[in-house]
Amino acid sequence: METSYTEALRRALDEELARDPAVVILGEDVAAGGAFGVTRGLAERYGVERVRNTPISEAAITGLAVGAAVAGLRPVLEVMFIDFITLAMDNLVNQAAKYRYMSGGQLSVPLVVRTQAGAAGGAAAQHSQSLEAWLMHVPGLLVVTPSSPCEAYGLLKAAIRQDDPVVFIEHKRLYSKREDLPASEWVAPLGQARVVRAGVDATVVTYGGMTPLVVDAAARAAAEAGIDAEVIDLRSLVPLDVDTVVQSLQRTHRLLVVHEAVQNGGVGAEVAARVAEVAFDELDAPILRVGAAFTPIPFAPELERAVLPDEQRIVSALLRLVKEA
Amino acid sequence: MSSPEVGNQDLCLSLYRMMVRIRLFEEQVGKLAAAGQVPGLTHLSTGQEAVAAGVCAVLRPQDYLFSGHRAHGHTLAKGSPVTAVLAEILGRETGLCRGRGGSMHLVDAARGMLGATGVVGGNIPLALGAAWAAQVRGEDRLAVVFFGDGASGNGVFHESLNLASLWRLPVLFVCENNGVAEFTQREEHSRVAFTSEFAKPYDIPVRVVDGNDVLAVYTAAQALVHWVRQAGGPAYLECQTYRLSGHYVGDAQAYRDKAELAAWRERDPLLRLQRQLLAQGVPAAELTAQAEAERQALAQALELARTAPPPAAAEASAYVYSCARETPTCP
Repeated sequence: METSYTEALRRALDEELARDPAVVILGEDVAAGGAFGVTRGLAERYGVERVRNTPISEAAITGLAVGAAVAGLRPVLEVMFIDFITLAMDNLVNQAAKYRYMSGGQLSVPLVVRTQAGAAGGAAAQHSQSLEAWLMHVPGLLVVTPSSPCEAYGLLKAAIRQDDPVVFIEHKRLYSKREDLPASEWVAPLGQARVVRAGVDATVVTYGGMTPLVVDAAARAAAEAGIDAEVIDLRSLVPLDVDTVVQSLQRTHRLLVVHEAVQNGGVGAEVAARVAEVAFDELDAPILRVGAAFTPIPFAPELERAVLPDEQRIVSALLRLVKEA
Repeated sequence: MSSPEVGNQDLCLSLYRMMVRIRLFEEQVGKLAAAGQVPGLTHLSTGQEAVAAGVCAVLRPQDYLFSGHRAHGHTLAKGSPVTAVLAEILGRETGLCRGRGGSMHLVDAARGMLGATGVVGGNIPLALGAAWAAQVRGEDRLAVVFFGDGASGNGVFHESLNLASLWRLPVLFVCENNGVAEFTQREEHSRVAFTSEFAKPYDIPVRVVDGNDVLAVYTAAQALVHWVRQAGGPAYLECQTYRLSGHYVGDAQAYRDKAELAAWRERDPLLRLQRQLLAQGVPAAELTAQAEAERQALAQALELARTAPPPAAAEASAYVYSCARETPTCP
């Protein structure tokens, strides 16, 4: 049966709440289902003590979730928009990420911070950002970016079972996407990128909300220009599976990285550098990147479209990479 | 002194012993730091020993403790061995945290000391979380968090008071109000002299005590801890005290009023307890013997810590993640 990204996330939470009494959910409005409906029905099933509404106090609730994790719970905290994670950064960056290290391995923080990123529908500059590069820069955090309903289901289960703090970044454009989920329980391998589309002419690396767009762009590039691109979904930014990218590159010898976040200082820069360090000789062309303009996300739909990567920009980049270089 | 515990000489002596331990420890660390033998930033709690000793004496081993950047005394009072604390502050592999945390980030999980944090106020919601874990599991244990009056300037302090009250969390807030936040007097930070005023609108029971009177601290902490255990909600203890040392070792303390310092030296919590014990008829030789035992234990700890190996450079990236590498598939 086809399941939406939202329902897939809910199934993962439901199964993990049932499996492990240490799993608890907290966040603004979560007992009523949360702003995006992901936790709908869970408070009724598991009680408002385990699916707990919080005040709008991002710093305190994140710190509380860290302390609870240190004391043995496995909290799943919902931060409604990744833009609000700015308010929780001390607790995430200075506390959660450092705990295991600074305690010399005495304590760990089995915490999942579910949040949602990306631009859609004119949510504008404070509700549309893609801030994953900040988070992957912090040793101690894991950063996971599910790109489809199946991935959302399997990766959230994997994240909840991790003993380290995970920032789990959903994408607001994906919530309504649907596909068949595995009938039996499935925990995705964390740290293993996934080849979404096989190809021989170029490797396109992406993750999260850009993945469906990149797959569409690859199909169009094949139909219109005969370019057969391989598409890799990174799944997680920490751990970053460079090996899978390099293996692909050994066949295609051309690399494009696509993300919705602004290009400057982004994930694409890290992927490009890591690949160049270990596989420079495999490259037949300069590595290209497609990301958002270095601009706050605008409100007006025409402007929002203008700054974000779209199918045409990805196809054009593929043409440059394969035909011109 | 109206405390029912005044007559309990064993208790008074054990408080004395702990305060002496902390005082000697801080003096020793101060000397080592001034001599350049302590890496990083060192914040001493000299003059505030009565708060650590008085509060921790009413806790059970399983109770959780959180502290801030001035954490040596709290950690010792919760029962951590002098040797492991000192070794940590000196950055040794034998330290509590294998030399990864240092003075501001002491953790002793086995003794419920779940963490000191170097970011002022950052420890407060952590304590709420540990208290919540106890509440969810139905355990009879509470979380205590120590912080200074400076932390009340932080938003997360206020958010945490609301949340602790709302969720009826078993947490005891302990504010060491030493009248100065880093280098600046309380009056320049806030028009509210007592931080416990902020707890009152949230319906959190409050006690304000002379934090340099260890028996007053003990008695108030005992009452509040009892209330937290019975009622299952938060309580707030504000201890008026004074930092006899600088903000950190090496602080020139230009902000310090000399007359004020002299007046507070007269109120030194350790000397006060000493006088009380002598007045109760405890022989001076007994107190001297106790202090001497602590002095010797500290000297042994120092020798052990000094000769302990530093962490191996090859292990610098251990303990970042629970899995060996940052590419885990392990559960």
